[in-house]
Amino acid sequence: MLDNELRTMIDEVKDGRMDRRGFVQRMLAFGLTAPMATQLLAIGGVAMAESPSTYKPTKRGGGGALKLLWWQGPTLLNPHFATGTKDQDGSRLFYEPLACWDPDGNMKLVLAAEIPSLQNGGLAADGTSVTWKLKPGVKWHDGKPFTADDVVFNWEYARDPATATVTIGVHRDITVEKIDDLTVRILFKKPTPFWADAFVGAPGSIIPKHLFAEYKGAKSREAPNNLSPVGTGPYKFIEFKPGDLIRGELNPDYHMANRPHFDTLEMKGGGDAVSAARAVIQTGEYDFGWNIQVEDDVLLRLEKGGKGKTVYAVGGDTEFIALNFTDPNTEVDGERSSIKTKHPLFSDPAVRKALSMLVDREAVKKVIYGRAGRVTPNFLNGPEKFVSKNTTWEFSIEKAAKLLEDAGWKAGSDGIREKDGKKLKLLYQTAINGPRQKTQAIVKQACQKAGIDVELKSVVASVFFSSDVANPDTYAKFYADLEMFQIPMSQPDPAQHMRRYHSRNVATKENKWQGVNFPRWVNKDYDATVDAAEAETDLVKRAALYIKANDIMMQDTVFIPVMHRLKVEACSNTLRPVVSGWANETDNLFDWYREATG
Amino acid sequence: MSQYVLRRLLIAVPSLLGISLVLFVVLALAPGDPFSELATNPNVPPEVAAALRAKFGLDDPIYLRYLHWITAMLRGDWGFSFVSRMNVDTLILQRLPTTLYVIGSAQLLALAIAIPVGVYAATRPYSIFDQIANTLAFIGFSLPTFFTGLLFILLFSITLDWLPFVYTTDIRATGFRWVIEQVRQAIMPVMVLGLFQAASMTRFVRSAMLDVIRLDYVTTARAKGLGQARVIVKHAMRNALIPVVTLVALQMPAVFGGAIVTEQIFRIPGIGSLLISSILSNDTPVVMAVTFVFACLVVLFNLIADVLYGWLDPRISLR
Repeated sequence: MLDNELRTMIDEVKDGRMDRRGFVQRMLAFGLTAPMATQLLAIGGVAMAESPSTYKPTKRGGGGALKLLWWQGPTLLNPHFATGTKDQDGSRLFYEPLACWDPDGNMKLVLAAEIPSLQNGGLAADGTSVTWKLKPGVKWHDGKPFTADDVVFNWEYARDPATATVTIGVHRDITVEKIDDLTVRILFKKPTPFWADAFVGAPGSIIPKHLFAEYKGAKSREAPNNLSPVGTGPYKFIEFKPGDLIRGELNPDYHMANRPHFDTLEMKGGGDAVSAARAVIQTGEYDFGWNIQVEDDVLLRLEKGGKGKTVYAVGGDTEFIALNFTDPNTEVDGERSSIKTKHPLFSDPAVRKALSMLVDREAVKKVIYGRAGRVTPNFLNGPEKFVSKNTTWEFSIEKAAKLLEDAGWKAGSDGIREKDGKKLKLLYQTAINGPRQKTQAIVKQACQKAGIDVELKSVVASVFFSSDVANPDTYAKFYADLEMFQIPMSQPDPAQHMRRYHSRNVATKENKWQGVNFPRWVNKDYDATVDAAEAETDLVKRAALYIKANDIMMQDTVFIPVMHRLKVEACSNTLRPVVSGWANETDNLFDWYREATG
Repeated sequence: MSQYVLRRLLIAVPSLLGISLVLFVVLALAPGDPFSELATNPNVPPEVAAALRAKFGLDDPIYLRYLHWITAMLRGDWGFSFVSRMNVDTLILQRLPTTLYVIGSAQLLALAIAIPVGVYAATRPYSIFDQIANTLAFIGFSLPTFFTGLLFILLFSITLDWLPFVYTTDIRATGFRWVIEQVRQAIMPVMVLGLFQAASMTRFVRSAMLDVIRLDYVTTARAKGLGQARVIVKHAMRNALIPVVTLVALQMPAVFGGAIVTEQIFRIPGIGSLLISSILSNDTPVVMAVTFVFACLVVLFNLIADVLYGWLDPRISLR
């Protein structure tokens, strides 16, 4: 159904009967809008256009100082070693990828001369290769020319296990070859619908071959330029103090016209989110504060009469409660939550359904997330074209109670429901973090009213999210019945995200709990759907497959989505930042400017 | 005397070794690991995370890791930060000047308040001045620095808008303006730390002074007809300050510790905030190095105090 309509629309765009913008808007109304709409058009045979820029300044420089406040300061400046977004943000100030993502998830050119498409020969019809043309005349900050050799080198550098990069996953299974000085081709082992993984966005930043060639492999950590980047970006590096300060200045040779706007750049690190919000919104000491995870009523209070405001970016991050499909309390071969067990309570689908009805998402939004969250019935919440419209949710204690009653769960003398001697008692764990503990309390209360006893547990984030094999409290071990957190969706494509819950990825003692399917959910239908989606080069069919995968997940109540979370940033009233939910905050920095008057 | 110093030094070495061993074991047994972020990063295959662990020797047994660490340390190699991928000593040296500036100024402020106020209060015990000073001192050391810090920020930065509350090491000004800016941004943290210190020190100076002021030689000096000021400054204060000097020396490491909180509040890029962020990111080599530096400071200042005692009272060094 969505197949045909989309196809007609794509044809209309192709024939010029509908413009690109109209297409995107129609898809929005249709519930299928794609931040990756342009990619959809590209596969459909329509060349991608660069999304219109909002950049206004008509000359380079003159914007004064740009002061950024990152409450967790970057600790290293090599994009290939960046373990967290803060490090990617820091590296991205100086290094650039071939293209990046704008707020709508459209591709924007940076070091590439054009967006690969079927028309310009950039994309192979069978989806097994993509050819990038590089912008001519781009120079590294030290004056050396940027060429295809640099791109190829980054691939070699990152894929070498001895270099120990964190970008290895992207580069391991591709081949990058130089066609000429300004052309590179990426070859995929199999048809790859999402071809913009390598060299795109903050993790795709490219480092110069002439400075890193000697430091490939085991010597990688000795490279002097790990700490003093020489990139191609709008700002040149001056100084770096890990965790504290990064300074840069305008690059007079920058390859984009009239950019950058600011003469100097400063990124200060440290502190906490609340005081960062205060320094930007209330006192105006800084221009921009990153990732302001602060309760909305605090932000609203700061915004009153302040010098700044909050800005939001929509991505695909979903805060969820995951259900354990294995038994956390029985040990099999020295392993709890073993895949050989079945959860004694959750093996009854009625219990899972009832739990989903007991999560009052509306209340969580109202009390906790405010403007920073959206209520959702789905696990997969973006890009729009992958978001299911077939799902619904409701909060009803009565219905949940009735569901349990009908399934034979009768209230005992203590008010807790039981069946066959098994009591509805659940352990619900999460990381320590204000909003999460509040959400726990809201869920617990509703469960109690429905006759489910919930014990709350909170674990320090550094333990909960660690890969420490010896620790029983990590999310991957999942020695509880329920757990709540969020896995960031780091690219505007669901493949990576949805692949995690394939049954081959179940976390077990055998794989040292490195398997990423922590609910230990096994569903053949889901596996088949995800596998099919990965091999599907027709983007329209592919979107339908991911929607189906999401629906299977929701049907089985593997996850209870709590909130579709938006990125929250603090921003001075005069600054015009460009922030995308699909990219790092600094990914579009070259388009930032300051309005002369507030 | 030199024998005494030597003896003290010889005792310091095994204590430092013991401290380092305890620190290392505690850190090794603590939960969490430096590559936790890799675990949730979908781009990093588990093999790479495992390879990284192996590369940094995290899978070796504790005693081997300790041996590696201690031999490297003896060779002057402080180790390598997992998180920043740079040498730990560079990292610490980058932070040290700021810490010394803020803590040093705070300590000077504390002395500048505590000595005159304590001495004056002691010369007029139970007067109105003494009672006010005592009450303020009591309030002063009862209020924790994180509370006064926030209070100062609310008052001076937000309500009055006089002072910045984000400390920056990068002041884009030269000459006199640079000095002004440096002072301006340090006022609040120095006040917070300094007043806290001053409060406890004032009470100490006062009681030390009270002890001395009643001694016979002070009365003799007065009887000889010397002026009050001369008696207090030349005769009483010199002796009264002996225990105060020791107190200051012994408190220095504690001040570094107290500054951790202050550094965090004002975003001062000092050793304390380095320690906190390293603990949060499980950057063990840095945590190890910083805590070891603190341990060395404790031992060093103890040694200084011992030596000072020996110098002030030669009988001690003979024992």
